[in-house]
Amino acid sequence: MIHLEKRAEPSKTWTAFTPVLAVILTMIAGGLMFAALGKDPFEALRTIFYDPLFSEQFSAYSRPQLLVKAGPLILIAIGLSLGFRAGIWNIGAEGQYIIGAICGAAVGLALYPSQSWLIYPVMILAGAFGGWAWAMIPAILKTRFNTNEILVSLLLVYVAEQLLASMALSTLRNPEGNGFPGSRNLSQHWATSNPELISGTGMHIGVLFGFIAVIMAYIMLNKHMLGFQIRLTGESPRAAQFAGVNPTRLILICLGTSGALAGLAGLFEVSGPAGQVSIDFNVGYGFTAIIVAFLGRLHPVGILLAGLLMALTYIGGELAQFMLGLPGASIQAFQGMLLFFLLGVDVLTNFRIRIGHGGKK
Amino acid sequence: MKILNTALAAALALGAFAAPTLAETKVGFVYVGPIGDGGWTHEHNKGRLAVEEAFGDKVSTSYVENVPEGADAERVLTQMALSGHDVIFTTSFGYMDPTINVAAKFPNVKFEHATGYKRADNVSTYSARFYEGRAALGTIAGHMTESNQIGYIASFPIPEVIRGINSAYIHAKKVNPAVEMKVVWVFSWFDPAKEADAATALIEQGVDVLMQHTDSTAPMAIAEEKGIVAFGQASDMSAFGPNAQMTAIIDDWAPYYIQQVGRAMDGTWTSVDTWDGIAEGMVAFSEFSDKIPADVAAETKALIASMADGSYHPFTGPLNKQDGSAWLAAGETADDGTLAGMGFYVEGITGDIPN
Amino acid sequence: MDLSAINPLVLITTLMIAATPILLAALGELVVEKSGVLNLGVEGMMITGAICGFAIAVETGNPAIGMLAAMVGGAMLSLIFAFLTQILLANQVATGLALTLFGLGLSSLLGQGYVGVKPPSTPKIEIPLLADLPIVGPVLFQHDMVVYFSIFMVVVIWATLKYSRLGLVLRAVGESHDAAHALGYKVVRIRIMAIMFGGAMAGLGGAYLSLVRVPQWVDGMTAGAGWIALAIVVFASWRAGRVLLGAYLFGGVTILQLNLQAAGVNLPVEYLSMSPYLITILVLVIMSAKGGRAALGAPAALGRVFHASS
Repeated sequence: MIHLEKRAEPSKTWTAFTPVLAVILTMIAGGLMFAALGKDPFEALRTIFYDPLFSEQFSAYSRPQLLVKAGPLILIAIGLSLGFRAGIWNIGAEGQYIIGAICGAAVGLALYPSQSWLIYPVMILAGAFGGWAWAMIPAILKTRFNTNEILVSLLLVYVAEQLLASMALSTLRNPEGNGFPGSRNLSQHWATSNPELISGTGMHIGVLFGFIAVIMAYIMLNKHMLGFQIRLTGESPRAAQFAGVNPTRLILICLGTSGALAGLAGLFEVSGPAGQVSIDFNVGYGFTAIIVAFLGRLHPVGILLAGLLMALTYIGGELAQFMLGLPGASIQAFQGMLLFFLLGVDVLTNFRIRIGHGGKK
Repeated sequence: MKILNTALAAALALGAFAAPTLAETKVGFVYVGPIGDGGWTHEHNKGRLAVEEAFGDKVSTSYVENVPEGADAERVLTQMALSGHDVIFTTSFGYMDPTINVAAKFPNVKFEHATGYKRADNVSTYSARFYEGRAALGTIAGHMTESNQIGYIASFPIPEVIRGINSAYIHAKKVNPAVEMKVVWVFSWFDPAKEADAATALIEQGVDVLMQHTDSTAPMAIAEEKGIVAFGQASDMSAFGPNAQMTAIIDDWAPYYIQQVGRAMDGTWTSVDTWDGIAEGMVAFSEFSDKIPADVAAETKALIASMADGSYHPFTGPLNKQDGSAWLAAGETADDGTLAGMGFYVEGITGDIPN
Repeated sequence: MDLSAINPLVLITTLMIAATPILLAALGELVVEKSGVLNLGVEGMMITGAICGFAIAVETGNPAIGMLAAMVGGAMLSLIFAFLTQILLANQVATGLALTLFGLGLSSLLGQGYVGVKPPSTPKIEIPLLADLPIVGPVLFQHDMVVYFSIFMVVVIWATLKYSRLGLVLRAVGESHDAAHALGYKVVRIRIMAIMFGGAMAGLGGAYLSLVRVPQWVDGMTAGAGWIALAIVVFASWRAGRVLLGAYLFGGVTILQLNLQAAGVNLPVEYLSMSPYLITILVLVIMSAKGGRAALGAPAALGRVFHASS
């Protein structure tokens, strides 16, 4: 009988090796699926994982695009990971992302066509505020009434989506848009745009914020009292209480931070790569970021890598579609497999597998 | 910008180098939905297959499905251009700005954007005058309804949809002055369950002829089940309503796609703004049901013929706006600019356009 | 505006049909959550059920066999979730989201040959005598088998949770897996069974969409119904009877707004569409403010990883 035995400490070797193992397993399972669809599995895998990074034809463009795609994922996932570590579950980042984008864009559009350099900083503040405020709803309900934050934050995603549709169709609609839904294009107006900081690198302010968030989270978790409190609460809520951790304060901080970061991600996206508020502006970054946070084992550096890996499968997946004629659905299924394997093999990090009867009693 | 330009130039050089040896034109398509949606994207994909058939070995086509409008579209377009595609069709309104942006970086690649209004030297736009089709449908609907109530399932309140409602209403009213139009907005292009519910709601309230401007075949299936009359949208939907479907408007993109790809191949491609209708074959009809009385079918076919030869325009005065203010004087026809931005109902339609 | 055009009886009948997919999926998720597991993959299981049921119904020409196949399909997919979260102890939130992603892709691949195909029709069953009753008859007793089944399952799940030993064990596992384990219950096995039950119910809900309510197969046709099912469980504060109420409320708001539109009433559609979610949040708040978790009925171990380390 196979038996799992909890390790006293997560294994360092396995922490490093499990992602590699997961990718190998995915390549095998995915390769089989591609072969079943009548495509050359090696060519498919090469197109997804290798071509965006190293092919002469695409890499010069795709590599920077990795940052563009991964930027919002990393920014949101870093915020979420703080709460997740403390056992505070914000799964409504998608909603906070939407509200951040709406608030930030609303400021930019209200001040259009002013050219002041002050506009963009105000938009950043508005975006962060929007996400923060939307996350404060579950936070306050949790602290005041002990309402489950998983459910409230999730429910608020639908509310945010409806608000987004309403904004794109009426309040924020482009008056010069020939009656079509969607706002003015923020990225085409200097004062409201989030351009690449250095051309051709994909680095925009949002990606920069993502990197800063990684570093700040790393420092906070390892060196700061708050980081200690977060980790302690996650590992043992009772011990945390004895140590004088104020759970209400922690909930407000964790949900607020993740909301603000998600709101920022929304603002940077709407004023940069996406350009405008439209009915389906949100493309699931908030939910994908939850997966990224777990793939990265809730560790800042892990999240950075996981965000880039996720982005790679999106970009490589698109290449595979038009280069090889693979159906889009097979890419989705492939991503699903990758996630299953990454989540599944993590068991090796925290547990030892014992073969034999019962183990120690 | 320099790095990117160098890289792009290198890539383009590669592409240009590779093209003659392969001796084929690469044509790319970017789809907003899955090719299996049975409606909008399905028809564009049929156009793609027609291009393959028409040119055989001389072209190779490729596509990406489910591309969100916005940042992702821009990336997909750039990668397509980098991979040496010669012509790229972007088949949703929301791809407008991404198409223009990418086209600026790849002056040698030809872009074709559906339903938009921004053009460039290497960006054409194309759209279909579906309102011509709606005029024919409205005529049949006006004759076929016994309850004098026509139901219309609408997606979003945008000019394209409002134009269709107006055209259908005007022509139903013309043959049946007692007709009323009930419009339900589902705020989605594609939500089969909701469209089915909307159809049911309309039918329960006395509607016996159903039109839709959403993409799924669900309303047709409901019409069949309830035994009423309906019209297919974008594709022939008779499989779902063998008795219900009177006819369907078919978005036939194939002739345009073949024409433009052909022009790209022989070097005569230029940026154009195409808004084609029945005359050019972009708006077509599926076979008329034998349930349409012969005189009605003949009247409708005559109407279609008059729109095809240009002798009749579906928006011909005298027409007033919903609030009663004059819009078109007798004999006056609507100009394309007004039609493109249409944001009002014509006189006689009850209810308000949302927002 | 002509409100008299809306026939309340017909409205209720339509509402029952519209609510059935989310009712089935929500009932399944209720059992899963009662066992202490949060599976966010309902949407993925529903759409997988939708295509499995559709494909088999088309191939066999028998919608009943299709429905069964949908339950098997949903359960099989949920088994991936069960294996990852119960055996390999992966995080439930992330695994559930991955399951939805995978299910959407898988269903689209499976469905490639079924676009534009018409399914065999599902017969309505008129319950003898009852169907002839005035008013009540046409509204309640002239549906297809799945509608009856969904209401039957409400009763079964309610009675099982409340009165049976099985229900007691399930709740015990959901309240405190450690205590349940100490009492000798097979926590992991019970949870896996619950997860598979949830998968089967979600699968059936999906098949009801593709075989009866729409009826056809199209990519992504669940269009978020699985997420609504999740909200309904919360709205219902984990009680079977209230799941029925919740499903009819959520389904009803959509039906009502479409009917009001058809009757010519001007509505702020977006705000009406968000109202069930706001009501759910309000319900959550009232319940939790009134008496803490116990009154809320939320399983205490919801979403927690169980490992028998003792």
